[in-house]
Amino acid sequence: MSVEERIRVPPATPVGGTRRHHRYGERPGIAYLFLTPWVIGVLLLTLGPMLASLYLSFTDYDLFTSPEWVGLENYERMFTEDPRFLASVWVTLKYVLMSVPLKLAAALAVALLLHRASRMTGLYRSAFYAPSLLGASVAVALVWRVVFDNGGPIDRAFGTGGWTTDPRYALLSIVLLAVWQFGAPMVIFLAGLKQIPTQLYDAAAIDGAGWWRSFRSVTVPMLSPVILFNLVLETIHAFQAFTSAFIVSSGRGGPSDSTLFYTLYLYQKGFVDFRMGYASAMAWVLLLVIAAVTALLFRVSRGYVYYAGGDS
Amino acid sequence: MRRFVWHAVIVGLLLVLLYPLVWLVAMSFKPAEEIVSSLSLLPKKVVLGNYAEVFEGTGGIPVWRFFGNSLIVAVLSVIGNVISCTLAAYAFARLRFRLRGPLFALMLATIMLPAHVVLIPQYTIFNNLELIDTFVPLALPKFLATDAFFIFLIVQFMRGLPDELADAARIDGCGAVRSFTHVVLPLSRPALVTTAIFTFIWTWNDFLSQLIYLNTPEKYTLPLALRLFIDQTSESSYGPMFAMSVLTLLPIGLFFLAFQRLIVDGVSTTGMGGT
Repeated sequence: MSVEERIRVPPATPVGGTRRHHRYGERPGIAYLFLTPWVIGVLLLTLGPMLASLYLSFTDYDLFTSPEWVGLENYERMFTEDPRFLASVWVTLKYVLMSVPLKLAAALAVALLLHRASRMTGLYRSAFYAPSLLGASVAVALVWRVVFDNGGPIDRAFGTGGWTTDPRYALLSIVLLAVWQFGAPMVIFLAGLKQIPTQLYDAAAIDGAGWWRSFRSVTVPMLSPVILFNLVLETIHAFQAFTSAFIVSSGRGGPSDSTLFYTLYLYQKGFVDFRMGYASAMAWVLLLVIAAVTALLFRVSRGYVYYAGGDS
Repeated sequence: MRRFVWHAVIVGLLLVLLYPLVWLVAMSFKPAEEIVSSLSLLPKKVVLGNYAEVFEGTGGIPVWRFFGNSLIVAVLSVIGNVISCTLAAYAFARLRFRLRGPLFALMLATIMLPAHVVLIPQYTIFNNLELIDTFVPLALPKFLATDAFFIFLIVQFMRGLPDELADAARIDGCGAVRSFTHVVLPLSRPALVTTAIFTFIWTWNDFLSQLIYLNTPEKYTLPLALRLFIDQTSESSYGPMFAMSVLTLLPIGLFFLAFQRLIVDGVSTTGMGGT
């Protein structure tokens, strides 16, 4: 509502009311009162710490003595003298590149399968979602660790050997744990599929389109904003994966650093070695990488994502 | 016939998908020597010994202690998130103030911020306040609305409430505060329930921050206790470890059974993940 409108429309007066009453926003102080906890939180626990960690990233800091300025040394050391850092970057990239596409493919495939009117659909949807709710826990990571262990049930049943103890396959077992939790993006895909007008499919059918053709020419473009949304969300999450790798490798990232996730190495540096300056620098690199990847996804998607109703 | 195939395919997929969970539960009732040997579910004989051993405690600490600690952290987090996020959401959704645009954008930006960027300074703050190894660093941030995602969720809900009700309240002379307590708050119950449920589950599952802030076993929550268990466990005592895992997952499972509709609808309308 513009200012003029607000002036022209006379405020409703209570019948016989003598007390002044307030339209919301007439006393801006009220809004800030409601916002107080959030403002304190943002200043003290988000923005303040962000600046502090940026500062710490240029220092040597062990929590017990005061930080000592070292300039860009932490950043330089990361990329030139720390093979474990580079290993952790590589492990994390492999994890993101494998787990995100597989998870989204599974989510979309099952969503397409489930997208059909039936009395059971709601129940099925919930059942597929269950792993997403439980999978982030230590308990489930533990199951993975035992199931894929040397001499564990998978090894005994299929003769695969112990994945969690084999540097070639340890990461794969953690990727599988991520893919297992495809329920959350699946539920979001299902909601997106429901929004696609059925007339489009009817029109496609009249034009002689088969299943594959109408999937490619109707479903994918109409669903593309949801695909992008899931892609961005899952990518951001995947970069920060921690619990599964920590539990499967007993917090060490082994065997031979094959599951040394970026966040796991950051944890080791910060909270085991107490090299908090270095860990802060790593945190900032992570933030910048995530921001850059997100920006890239949005940019690349521009040519592919179709927003019904035109702009934005 | 096609319908039958459809159901069969889905049930088949679900069997594979949920197998690890069922396996876990089955294992927790198996005697030690049977456990690692197979993928089969049915134990040759059902034993409760694994659970008995769990209830004897870990390292001299009864399992109820861990359960209680997890519960305290989760309940405090729920209370904190519901109160602080609702207050902030009301301001963003229904009040006018000059900085609304920029502050709202700031709030949205913090949703996607990786926790690691603020982790170390936050740890330093709580360390200086001598609050490490207490529940304060885990619960206090929730009372300051740091889980901005939930603010967004409640804002979306409050914006969808019909304006007529707020107008009626205004005509009756309600100010912003009374309109909040008498109109908006009661109507926003579904959003608050969703916030409470997800906060509970996520806090219950949370590992990183509890790992960092809690040091002594008496303060350990269930995920930490479970991890303690793993590192002390040889293959022969997988049974009790599985029993404890089942106990850890049980509250989430029950929550899910009770609120599955609400939870899954929450995911599909807000796009929040589960990871």
